[in-house]
Amino acid sequence: MIEVKNVTKIYNSGDIEFKALKGVSFTVKDGEFVAIMGPSGSGKSTLMHILGALDTPTSGKYFLDGHDVSTLSDDRLAEIRRDKIGFVFQSFNLLPRTTVLRNVMLPLVYAGMPEEERVKKAKASLLAAGLPESHFHHLSNQLSGGQIQRVAIARALVNNPSLILADEPTGNLDSRTGEIVLGTFQKLNKDFGNTIILITHEPDVAEHADRIIVIKDGEIVEDKKHHTKRTARHYIPLNQT
Amino acid sequence: MTTFDILHETYSALSSNKVRSGLTMLGIIIGISSVIAMVSIGQGAQSSIQSSIQSIGSNLILVMPGAQRGPGAQVSAGRGSARTLTQADADAIVKGVTTAKAVAPELSGRYQVTSKGKNTNTSVIGTVQAYPDVRNITVDEGTFISDLNNKSLARVAVIGPTVRDDLFNAGIDPIGQTIRIKGTEFKIVGITKAKGGSGFGSQDDMVFIPLSTAQKFLAGDDYVSTISVQAADADSMSAVQQQITDLLLERHRIRDAASADFSTLNQSDIVAAASSVTSTFTILLAAVAGISLVVGGIGIMNMMLTTVTERTREIGLRKAIGAKRKDINTQFLVEAVMLTFISGVIGVILGWLISYAVSYFGVLQTSVSLSSILLAFGVSAAIGIVFGYYPARRAAMLNPIEALRYE
Ligand SMILES: Nc1ncnc2c1ncn2[C@@H]1O[C@H](COP(=O)(O)OP(=O)(O)OP(=O)(O)O)[C@@H](O)[C@H]1O
Ligand SMILES: [Mg+2]
Repeated sequence: MIEVKNVTKIYNSGDIEFKALKGVSFTVKDGEFVAIMGPSGSGKSTLMHILGALDTPTSGKYFLDGHDVSTLSDDRLAEIRRDKIGFVFQSFNLLPRTTVLRNVMLPLVYAGMPEEERVKKAKASLLAAGLPESHFHHLSNQLSGGQIQRVAIARALVNNPSLILADEPTGNLDSRTGEIVLGTFQKLNKDFGNTIILITHEPDVAEHADRIIVIKDGEIVEDKKHHTKRTARHYIPLNQT
Repeated sequence: MTTFDILHETYSALSSNKVRSGLTMLGIIIGISSVIAMVSIGQGAQSSIQSSIQSIGSNLILVMPGAQRGPGAQVSAGRGSARTLTQADADAIVKGVTTAKAVAPELSGRYQVTSKGKNTNTSVIGTVQAYPDVRNITVDEGTFISDLNNKSLARVAVIGPTVRDDLFNAGIDPIGQTIRIKGTEFKIVGITKAKGGSGFGSQDDMVFIPLSTAQKFLAGDDYVSTISVQAADADSMSAVQQQITDLLLERHRIRDAASADFSTLNQSDIVAAASSVTSTFTILLAAVAGISLVVGGIGIMNMMLTTVTERTREIGLRKAIGAKRKDINTQFLVEAVMLTFISGVIGVILGWLISYAVSYFGVLQTSVSLSSILLAFGVSAAIGIVFGYYPARRAAMLNPIEALRYE
C-alpha cells in the first residue's frame, strides 16, 4: 500500500531552485499495476526515487505499508529496498566488470541467501526477463543496450519484491522482447499479486497497466482506470517460491 | 553478507586494478620488511657484541695501568702502555682481596715468533696457572702453564690454534717442538682450544708463557700489563672492584681516586654499556623503518579514498538494492586490511630473506624473532584498519541517489 500526500521535491543547484514535484498526492493499493506517463523532464523519475525509498521529499508525506518513510533510518530503508522493492533504473546501473549472474544475485547476496539458492533464483529471473542462458556469464560491459536492460529487470525481480518500480524498462527493447518483459510483469501482478508501477513514454506500453497516471511539470494531470491489454502470449514463467 | 562474499568482492576489487594495488602494497611491504630486517640485524649485533664480551671470561674485573703522571708533567703516555702495575700489586690483590675467586696477572706484548722456517707476529702473554679459568680458555692438547713453571722460570709455551696453523704444517704435532721468541727458545707444552670470534682480539692468535719468564726474558722488569680478577659471582663484582681500588690506591700512596694511576673495568659495566648502545641503535633502525611503514599506510589511505571516489556510483547502486552501511563499511575496510595483510605476509618473507642473507654472507648472525613477526602482522592489520576506516566510513555514509548521480 502506497500513500503519497502532497509531496514536493525542490532541487537546489547553486542559487537556482527547481521545483520538480509540485504537490503530488495519490494512493496505490496492493496488487495494482500502474503506469506513469508524461513528457520528458516532468518529474517521473524524481517521483519514482521517492516511491523507492531512495530519496526523500522536500515536503509532504510518503507512507509505505503504513510507515512514514522519512522517519526511518538509513539502514532500515536499505532493508526495505532489499526485501520489498525491486527497482529498474532508467540508466540500468549494473556493476562494472561483474558477470550478469552476479549482478542479478547482488540483492540476494546482501540478504544473506546461500549460494546455491540464489544462483537458481537469479537464473529463473534472467529467463523471465528474456535473457538467453548463453549470456549469463558475460561481463556487464560485454552486453548490448537491450541485454543490459533485461539484466536490470532480472535484478529487480530476483528478490520477489512486493513492489516493483520500473523506470522505462522497455525503452531499449524490440517489441517482441518488450512483450516478454511486460508479460512477466502482468503475470507477477495477476497471479502473485505484486504491485507494479512502471514509467513509460509509449501509450502502447501503458496500456498493459490497469491504471494510468499522467504527470506534467511536476503535477498529476490525469489519473484513470484503464482496460488492460493482455499479452499472455510471450510470457516465460518465473519461479515463484 | 557471508565472509565468502566479502572476500569475493575484495578479490575482484583489488584485482581489477592490479598495478595500483601492487604499488600501494609495495609501500607496506617495504615498511614491514625493513622493520623485520632492521630489528633482526640490531638484535644480531647486540648478541654478537655480548657474546664476544662474555667470551673473555665471566664476572671479570680488569685492572689496567692508567696514565702515569709525574708532578707537573703534561705529557701522558697512552693508557695501558704505562707501567704502574707491578707483580707486587698482583700479589697484594691475591692476599688482600679475599672475595676474589681467582687472580691472573699478565704481561702481554707483540713479538715475532719463529719456528723452523716459519714465523708470525702475534701477542705473547706471560701469565699464571689461574689464567685459563679466569679468561675462559680451555686447553685442547697438553697442559697450560703451571705455578711450577712460573717458579722455575721455565721456558715453555702454550700456543693458540691460529699460531699453530701459522707456524706448523698440518700433520706435525707441535707439542714438544720449540719456538723462538726474541732470541729465547720455548718448548711447546700445550695448545688451546679454538674459540672463534673476533671483536676483542682473537684469543686463538696468542702464545702463553710463564709470567716470570716473560718478565725476565722479554720485558726485563717486573711490571704487569693487566690483572684479571674473577669475582665469585655477579653480585659481588662491585664490592671486589671497590676493594681492589682501595688496596691499590693505598699501595700507590694516592689519596684522590680521580688521579689514580690505574683503572678498573667491570665486565658487567661493559656489557651494560654495549647493550645500551646496541639497543639504542636497534630502536633507531626500527624507528626509521617504522616511519616508512606509516608512509605506506598513508599510501593505503590515499588509494582507498581514490577508490571510494571512483566507485561512488557502484556504492550508490549497492545501497539502492539493499546494502546497509555496515555492508559497505565492511567491504571497504576488508579491502584495506586485505591490502595490508597481504603486504604484511610478503613483507615478513622479504624481511626474513634480508636477515637470512645478512647471516648467510657472514656479516652478522641474525635471527628473526617470532615476536617481531607477530608485531609486524599486528601493525600491518592495524594500519589497514586505521587508514581504511575513514575511506570506508565515507563510502558507507553516501546517500544512494546522490551517489548514483555522481559523475
Ligand atoms: N539532481 C537534480 N538536480 C537538479 N535538478 C534535477 C535533478 N534531478 C532532476 N532534476 C530536474 O528535475 C526535473 C525532473 O527530472 P526527472 O528526472 O524526474 O524527469 P523525468 O520525468 O524522469 O524525465 P525523462 O522522461 O526524460 O526521464 C528535470 O527538469 C530535471 O532537470
Ligand atoms: Mg526519467
